[in-house]
Amino acid sequence: MRRNLLEFWRTFSRNKLGLLGGFLVLTAILAAVFAPALTPHQPTDVMRGANGRGLTFSPPSVHGPLGTDDAGRDIWTELIYGARVSLTVGFTAGFIAMFVGSLFGITAGYFGGWIDNLLMRVTDVLLVIPDLPLMLVLVATLRQMNLHVSPLLIIILVIGLLYWTSTARLIRSQVLTIKERQFVSRARAIGAGHGHIIRKHVLPQIMPLIVANTVLTISTAILVESGLAFLGLGDPTKPSWGTMLNFAFDRNAVTNGAWWFYLPPGLAIVWVSLGCILLGNVLEEMLNPRLTTHHLEGDENMIAIPAPGAK
Amino acid sequence: MNRRDYLLRKLGFSLVTVLVVVIINFILFRVLPGDPVRAVIGRNVRISPEIQQALRVQFGLDKPVFPDQFIDTLGQWLQGNLGVSWSQRQPVKDILFSKLGNTLLLIGLGQILSIILGVALGLLAGWKRKTAIDVGALTFSLVAWATPTFWLGIILLAAGSAWLGLPTGGIVSPANVSKPLYTVIPDLARHLILPTLTLTILYLGEYMLIMRSSILEVLSEDYILTAKAKGMSHWQVLMRHALKNAMLPIVTLIALNLGFTVSGAIYIETVFSYDGLGNLFQDALTKQDYPLLQGAFLLLAISVILANMFADILYTYLDPRVKAN
Amino acid sequence: MSERRPATAGSVEGPILSVRHLTTEFVPPKGTQGKAARALEDVSFDVMPSQTVGLVGESGCGKTTTLMSVMRLLPSTGRITSGQVNFKGKDLLAIDEREMRKVRWKEMAIVFQGAMNALNPVMKIGVQISEAIILHDMMDRDAAEKRVDQLLEMVGIPRTRRDQYPHQYSGGMRQRAMIAMALACSPDVLFADEPTTALDVMIQAQVLELLRDIQKALGLAIVLVTHDLGVVAEVCDSVVVMYGGKVAEYGSADQIYNHAQHPYTQRLLASFPDVNSPTTQLASIPGTPPRLTDLPGGCRFHPRCDVKLAKCSEVIPPLISISEDHYAACHLLCQGQEARF
Repeated sequence: MRRNLLEFWRTFSRNKLGLLGGFLVLTAILAAVFAPALTPHQPTDVMRGANGRGLTFSPPSVHGPLGTDDAGRDIWTELIYGARVSLTVGFTAGFIAMFVGSLFGITAGYFGGWIDNLLMRVTDVLLVIPDLPLMLVLVATLRQMNLHVSPLLIIILVIGLLYWTSTARLIRSQVLTIKERQFVSRARAIGAGHGHIIRKHVLPQIMPLIVANTVLTISTAILVESGLAFLGLGDPTKPSWGTMLNFAFDRNAVTNGAWWFYLPPGLAIVWVSLGCILLGNVLEEMLNPRLTTHHLEGDENMIAIPAPGAK
Repeated sequence: MNRRDYLLRKLGFSLVTVLVVVIINFILFRVLPGDPVRAVIGRNVRISPEIQQALRVQFGLDKPVFPDQFIDTLGQWLQGNLGVSWSQRQPVKDILFSKLGNTLLLIGLGQILSIILGVALGLLAGWKRKTAIDVGALTFSLVAWATPTFWLGIILLAAGSAWLGLPTGGIVSPANVSKPLYTVIPDLARHLILPTLTLTILYLGEYMLIMRSSILEVLSEDYILTAKAKGMSHWQVLMRHALKNAMLPIVTLIALNLGFTVSGAIYIETVFSYDGLGNLFQDALTKQDYPLLQGAFLLLAISVILANMFADILYTYLDPRVKAN
Repeated sequence: MSERRPATAGSVEGPILSVRHLTTEFVPPKGTQGKAARALEDVSFDVMPSQTVGLVGESGCGKTTTLMSVMRLLPSTGRITSGQVNFKGKDLLAIDEREMRKVRWKEMAIVFQGAMNALNPVMKIGVQISEAIILHDMMDRDAAEKRVDQLLEMVGIPRTRRDQYPHQYSGGMRQRAMIAMALACSPDVLFADEPTTALDVMIQAQVLELLRDIQKALGLAIVLVTHDLGVVAEVCDSVVVMYGGKVAEYGSADQIYNHAQHPYTQRLLASFPDVNSPTTQLASIPGTPPRLTDLPGGCRFHPRCDVKLAKCSEVIPPLISISEDHYAACHLLCQGQEARF
């Protein structure tokens, strides 16, 4: 096991993009975790000037590296604490999607037949229906039902229950290839039960792929959450980066030229999303390396006959 | 594969999906929001319990939900009666269709531009794999993918209005609001620049990626080597053999993308206060105008499903391997 | 067996294609590690006009790579590091790509192994054939169409099927269509890479007969790559036996079949099942072909050879002349002279 990890690390660290992705994600996570260490304020603290009034829309300065928002709160602080919300929602929703997707994918791939057909039809139907309108409508309805749950939980659930389709498809095709392999039919021949086979033979093989795909799903989840929050469906008391952008937009940061209000949260989203995408892509590439032939390249190098007397 | 069977299967699938959408719509808007009387009549209207009951009977709300109310509602919707908007006090259908054109204009422009540019760039990137142009295109696409739609809109809005004097919102200037659109085209064009640019940038990346991987797959096929062996130059091989094969998946992708395009439109219309279906949707959401929200959802979802179906049908005519009986 | 001319017939005019000391490597793809694979080393042979040369050997011995090197169609990892390919007076390895494109198809054409995917699935067969004609400016569109019909007829495909797509053809028909396409510009040399593999025996015979008829009718030279010695016996005038990327033996079909000198050729012939022979056991050659990234020192065949000398593991044997136009690369033939290529 340790040897495998070492082997993995060696291959992984050779890929610069993967390292970059890892760095981006890691710094974001660390910033979220160590928020109190990075800023003396709380996101709700209002910065006051010498006269005691709130310093609204003040640009970056020595006192606040990212200035203040429309109510005088420090944006750097909001950003760091916002990371907690964005990342938590993103990761949780991503895990739910991974779980549902893997469940569907393994079931469909392993059992095949009408179960496979049914699950794949469900997946197809879900894919065709436009995602944002469906989510907005679901979230709106759920909130209207006065269930007394945090709006963030609603968002997490809605994202998790709608974004599992790509995972399901991927896992399913992997399981299909594994199923063909001999050790599965051998295990069946000696009477092993389905659960046992899945646990012992199928899961270990697809686990790396699940991990790679989850990272990508998380990046989607973070982006979707930011969008939903921007449209006002987040929790104003616990602002995520998307919520910050909702505030910025609604409270005229654009017309006031307060770029320090609407630029940083977006950059933060791109930072983390990009990190996850790079990481996920590199992991996937490592698991499914595709060295394809390309018939229209390399012509220049084909003839490598040294000219006479060249040496 | 038999084309007729394939088409029938696609049609069946689309119908099932539409049905699912309708059921979702029904459940979400009729069943869940508690008191249906309120949902149908509107809020902030004080009515006595007797009148409520009378209205219930009149609207058929005293009948069981399934199947009676469902069939009634379905009947209504099929006739185009989508209710009346609370916030605008007009039939939902009328409101929707008045905004439909605007959104189609925006989405259409954005898609066409991004398809042309994306396909061209993807072709180039796949042909010249691993060169600077490929790396540049890939980087661009990755970053575009990681960028939230609405945020890019905000950035462009800020930059465009501050540096280029472009309008900060709306579909036309306030002075031209009541005039028919085709009479104020220059003004319309000015207002369309930034939102269209945002859409184009975002979808460009995706089409580029798909075209690139499609081209890479085609260029690994044996018939490309045959073409080369015939003495064709790279450009000739690309144009005569690779292009058509590589474009086929794009057709399916455009269809698949329509769902995401609609989502993008909601964000962009919101940011740019563009008077289309997306903005309407968002507005209805904020104002909790359920009839409007439900009608918009139906329209958007069904349009996407139908468009998907048409793209699939189109594909069968483009790919000679899917033959008629 | 068909009438076969000795390898030197027509030597008055000289060979139409003359490969000398061809060496080709495959480098590991960018970003991966590993050693280069020496796919061909010091390969030399001649192709006489209107003759059929058989290129035989086990899988991976370099037969296809030889064709690809001559036509300069190697993949992006291929590198020709030395040699000459003399064709009609010029060295094809010395001209630039633009000139090479004029040579391709018009003067030498190839029928690829496994015509399954070698044809564009979304293009009509007729169009794919006429495309080659028009590309090389040979005639206008109408004349080209007529020629397409002629070509299809020549290979036994009804002209009414011209506007169909590859998936509507059977495997054997596709192969024949590829042959028709290869002949479109009346090339002087036709390379056929395993044209009968993956076809059933009946169709195999048809394709071989077709090739023979075409050669008789058009007088072109054919280089036939195959691992099937039976095919070679049927149609080839001369044979090049390859092993591990090098030429092991080279001579006329008669010389190879009846007077093989190289141990590998002998074992190869012996392992080919003869329905009439009394033995019931299939003789095979023990061991496996060498890995091109890890070639043995000296003679490439020595690890599997049962008559090797001490010298064989250290010194690469040159091609030694056994008789006129019959060469073998083996140290056992020390009495012969080295071939002067």
